[in-house]
Amino acid sequence: MSALNWVTLGVLGLLGAGLYGLLITRNLIKVVIALQILVKGALLALVAAGQASGQINLGQSLAVTVIVADTVVAVVGLALAVQVKRLVGTLDVKALSNLRG
Amino acid sequence: MIDAVLVAGTVLCAVRAIRATQLLSSALWLAGVSALASILLYRLGAPQIAVIELSVGAGLVTVLFVFAISIAGDDGLTEREFLPNWLALGLIALFAGLLGWMILPLEETGVAAAEATFESVLWSDRALDVLVQIVLIFSGVLCLVTLLKERHTSAQQQALAGREERERPSAAVSGNGHHPQAAVPDPSPAEVEEIHA
Repeated sequence: MSALNWVTLGVLGLLGAGLYGLLITRNLIKVVIALQILVKGALLALVAAGQASGQINLGQSLAVTVIVADTVVAVVGLALAVQVKRLVGTLDVKALSNLRG
Repeated sequence: MIDAVLVAGTVLCAVRAIRATQLLSSALWLAGVSALASILLYRLGAPQIAVIELSVGAGLVTVLFVFAISIAGDDGLTEREFLPNWLALGLIALFAGLLGWMILPLEETGVAAAEATFESVLWSDRALDVLVQIVLIFSGVLCLVTLLKERHTSAQQQALAGREERERPSAAVSGNGHHPQAAVPDPSPAEVEEIHA
């Protein structure tokens, strides 16, 4: 089995672990961690696709954009989680559904 | 063989990050995912991205997580979950099976004849992406400043209200016949609630 196929299996594992985390967790910070794992899988998939198509530098330049967006999402998500904890008193996602009709 | 070990370690760290009961442990397992992913990226032939991922993913983001967890605290919340475990695992197995069926096996289609360098691709061909990155960074900074500014203003309002409460009795005593509340009437309860909101 080639290295590319091993990495593709790793991409499947990372995407699965991230989706599993999004499905079962109710902690806001854990949700951001699950999103980070999902993006790591997407990052590996981009570079592996670039390697497979013979355009590794294109894959790298796209991966830079993904890393920047991922970091901004983490920063804003964590700031929101801190504010939610300060205002609501908990990190439970269910506690944010007060406005539900 | 080493690729298989690295991939297994990465997925194991990811699962441990999800299943850990303490948030700090989750953040450290996530740093492990980033470190192992950067080694995989290097072995795939992307050393620039490997360095960026190692410094940003395993360094900066981990520091941010530890900082946020130290401020917000650890709630736990492990006793109740959105979905039953078996249903989540079934959905994930279905998703991974379908995706793997579509993309595996991944074969190399051959190296391009004359591929441009990473610098020229990033700064020339993908110049719009660089612009989007700059906009993203500024948006993130603005969001962060707005979120933190709200905290400062509420704290300042509380400090201002406390200072007014302390100064009011002394002004009443030191005044020369005029009651200070006659010149500045007390705010109505609705105004007080507006200030505190």
